Amino acid sequence: METAIEVRNLVVERGKRRVLHGLTCSIPRGSVTGLLGPSGSGKTTLMRAIVGVQIVKSGVVTVLGEPAGTPRLRHKIGYLTQSPSVYADLTVRENARYFASLYKGITPADADNAVEMVGLGDAANQLVATLSGGQRARASLACTLVSRPEVLILDEPTVGQDPVLRDELWHQFRAMAAAGTTLLVSSHVMDEASRCDRLLLIREGALIADDTPDLVRASAGTNDLDAAFLHLIRTMEKTGVAS
Amino acid sequence: MSPRILGSTTKRILNQLRHDHRTVGLLVIVPILLLTLLYFMFKNEALLPGQPSTFDRIGLIMLGVFPFVIMFLITSIAMLRERTTGTLERLLTTPMGKLDLLFAYGIAFGIAAAIQASIAAGVAYWLFDLDTAGSTSLVILIAIANAVLGVALGLFCSAFARTEFQAVQFMPIVVIPQFLLCGLFVARDQMAGWLQAISDALPMSYAVEALQQVGAHADATDTLWRDLGIVVGCVVVALTLAAATLRRRSP
Repeated sequence: METAIEVRNLVVERGKRRVLHGLTCSIPRGSVTGLLGPSGSGKTTLMRAIVGVQIVKSGVVTVLGEPAGTPRLRHKIGYLTQSPSVYADLTVRENARYFASLYKGITPADADNAVEMVGLGDAANQLVATLSGGQRARASLACTLVSRPEVLILDEPTVGQDPVLRDELWHQFRAMAAAGTTLLVSSHVMDEASRCDRLLLIREGALIADDTPDLVRASAGTNDLDAAFLHLIRTMEKTGVAS
Repeated sequence: MSPRILGSTTKRILNQLRHDHRTVGLLVIVPILLLTLLYFMFKNEALLPGQPSTFDRIGLIMLGVFPFVIMFLITSIAMLRERTTGTLERLLTTPMGKLDLLFAYGIAFGIAAAIQASIAAGVAYWLFDLDTAGSTSLVILIAIANAVLGVALGLFCSAFARTEFQAVQFMPIVVIPQFLLCGLFVARDQMAGWLQAISDALPMSYAVEALQQVGAHADATDTLWRDLGIVVGCVVVALTLAAATLRRRSP
């Protein structure tokens, strides 16, 4: 399978602390890859490095064959930050239309579609300041999806959403991947992990699993992903290497 | 820079302002209230024949000072919000150029300042009989240039504030020395040499001198155009410095 994102020996330091310790992984095109790990394990830092907004100490990050952060990639990559980054004093529609306007060939109608896609059609004319936390997160997601990027980096897109909406969003992520989009989705909900084509599990800045959900389960000898991860972490702590 | 992105960003900033009715109200009313206060302060002053009234002197300069102060404050808070809410980081991952964002703020708040200055000037001239030798439109033009200077300095200074508390503290640092040394309280040529040197280095001194030229001369003088040129030059310098504070990559 063709590779969309290639990370080699990535080292990132924030302040005096080393957040990523020489991480290497590759993400295939047209797939959904789940990025899992406890809070503070380096998920967001890895995503920021792929988007090209993170100052890195050493290592190489390549997206669609170009170094991460090059101007041409800005047309092709969409990034959803963990906390919603939308304008609270604009309506949902105005936000989506504004971010649409930053891309060539994306129309106001595309913006309205994106708002529908995240289930905010009825709240389109509401000011973001008046929305609930979950709605605000979806408004932010709409602004990321609006440009129909080839690579989507989504930092916890389904946090705080009700189960029905989460299911709908995952159906859309799957549909986008089927149409050729590459998605990297971070989450700490294990039932979402099983919806991914591949899983990356990071802990304390190092990769401890990079496999399909089935193989992760098989290697741990359990059907439960939660238990599988626990097993992997314990094995690694004992032996010092990933199993 | 892209005209499409510049245009839509300007529209977005004006839209944000439009949704905030109270801020729009304050933008229009505050200068009028302060001018009214100023007018009544000097209403009963005893004038010798031929002596120009103090309101003519100070009111004229205030028409240029208000937009500068207000736009500086509004811009530094608006830009700080872009930084703290993550929208700035998001914008920098899109095809938007740094100058698109900075110029959009300059244009959007410049438009707001034009409306504000026109209303304030209208009140000063027709209600309070402000008397200047030169034309009202020149006064408004200088006020707009001064407002855009406030925007540019606000964009730059917001980089050094992490919170709103810090951002508002830059107002006295940036504004008050310029206000004290601009020639309103003490004529610049009567200041001690070193104060005059500082005054010469501060952009508001030139905006005030330009306004004084409008007050004293019927036609636009060379000094006025030179001063206006200096203010515009300072805008360009401040915007360039502000662009340097926008980093696509952060630690």
